Amino acid sequence: MNASTPEDTHRIIERVARESYGRLVAYLSANTRDVASAEDALSNALVAALTAWPRDGVPQNPEAWLLTAARHSFIDHVRHRQVAAASEPTLRLLREDSAEMTLSTEFPDERLKLLFVCAHPAIDPAMHTPLMLQTVLGLDAARIAHAFLVSPTTMGQRLVRAKTKIRGGGIRFEVPQERELPQRLDAVLEAIYAAFGIGWDDMAGVDQRGRDLSEEAIWLGRVLLELMPGEAEVRGLLALMLHCEARRRARRGPDGRYIPLSEQDSQQWSLPLIQEAERHLAEASGGHHAARFQLEAAIQSVHAERARSGRTEWPAIMLFYEQIVRISPTLGTWTGYAAAVGEANGPDAGLAVLDGIDPHDVPAFQPYWAVRAHLLQRLGKTSEAAHAFDRAIGLAEDPAVRQSLLQRRG
Amino acid sequence: MQFALLIYHSPEEFAMRKNDYTHPHLGAWRAYYQALVEAGVYVGANALEVPETGTTVRLTEGKRSVQDGPFAETKEQLAGIIILELPSVDAALEWAARCPGASIGAVEVRPLAPEAMRRGFTG
Repeated sequence: MNASTPEDTHRIIERVARESYGRLVAYLSANTRDVASAEDALSNALVAALTAWPRDGVPQNPEAWLLTAARHSFIDHVRHRQVAAASEPTLRLLREDSAEMTLSTEFPDERLKLLFVCAHPAIDPAMHTPLMLQTVLGLDAARIAHAFLVSPTTMGQRLVRAKTKIRGGGIRFEVPQERELPQRLDAVLEAIYAAFGIGWDDMAGVDQRGRDLSEEAIWLGRVLLELMPGEAEVRGLLALMLHCEARRRARRGPDGRYIPLSEQDSQQWSLPLIQEAERHLAEASGGHHAARFQLEAAIQSVHAERARSGRTEWPAIMLFYEQIVRISPTLGTWTGYAAAVGEANGPDAGLAVLDGIDPHDVPAFQPYWAVRAHLLQRLGKTSEAAHAFDRAIGLAEDPAVRQSLLQRRG
Repeated sequence: MQFALLIYHSPEEFAMRKNDYTHPHLGAWRAYYQALVEAGVYVGANALEVPETGTTVRLTEGKRSVQDGPFAETKEQLAGIIILELPSVDAALEWAARCPGASIGAVEVRPLAPEAMRRGFTG
């Protein structure tokens, strides 16, 4: 690799770190289950690279260099910690595989195991996504904390606790058996989707919790697809995220104004991303049954069709939502279904679906109120609509969404 | 568990509030208040006058000192307080993020002192 300036070298280190981080952490912790120490060892290796590479040149195989450096640091660390008896098995494991791979530059990709470990049922579901972002992509706790609306100290502590549980809690580094696979894979997909964190932008004035991690989520989706190319739902999830990502630019006006999907200029959508999404969706649809993410992606695909046809096939969207609520009857999917029914069969029908939702569940759920307000307004029920608008405005987090709802409320 | 949302405004925001009781974002505040009440988490709230109207009193080694203006000479100043009854700090941060004050200034979340201690203060 050629690097003429120190800046180039830094950029190379950054790129190698980004591309190799998860592979190296996964490989270093697969036997020891000690994710935290693997991460520390890799950070030390990256710091060493920052001094050595500008001085000696970027090594032929940067990843192998980092692995060797990280492994040395890992062994030192375990030695220091020792408490000989407790560390002996770890040291033996490390020695065993360093003997077998001293010269080899190839090492097995253990990231799939790591992804399943992060989304293991024994770990608090709220920590699945933060763990993945940290161990597979190397994001720091503060950045993750911002996206999840938790204080950085708290997020740091929760990550440490989760890693302690991985080390001590008998969580195995393995890809689940076929019997368990669908359920376990769902947890992995959910965690990736949670990082993407987009709302239902097919409903006017729905708050979108921008998690600011959508690129990272797409990266994780691509990693997972690379590791499990045969799983249709993995493609479904990636297609869904790419379709939503394609509209990023169109979602805000030049003045920062929020633009709901129905009012977006479809010429501003990214055609390459839409085409990539469509390819994945087509490949996924060979599977025997349509599952949740493929259905969600299919809905986005119908929306994307507007760029070509100029209109939205709401009845098709409604049918896809019907299947989604059957598979996954959550507050969010019911609300999405109600919005689609409202467009396909009229606002009365949409309201009827909303009225079927348990009123105890809705006081703090913004999309419900945004959709309700929209449907009531279309029916001309001004004062009821104003009340629903107020609720949607009060629950909105994004100031642009709040503004747009305030204007529509009148 | 009770939490206080301490709402901080910039001088510009205070100035706007002082001059204009019909400012459009008052609608956002009303809607937020209504959402809190209907979610069953609202305990109490009040807005504060502009910081210049504050007077700060302290006793140092038995001597009184009275100072015009707010306690801390920072740019952003306390503008209001909302007390909420919530199960966790995570829930409190969630409501703080929705508060219109979070997008125009900042909102600090702080747990109220334990009830026994509060009773100790108020008798």
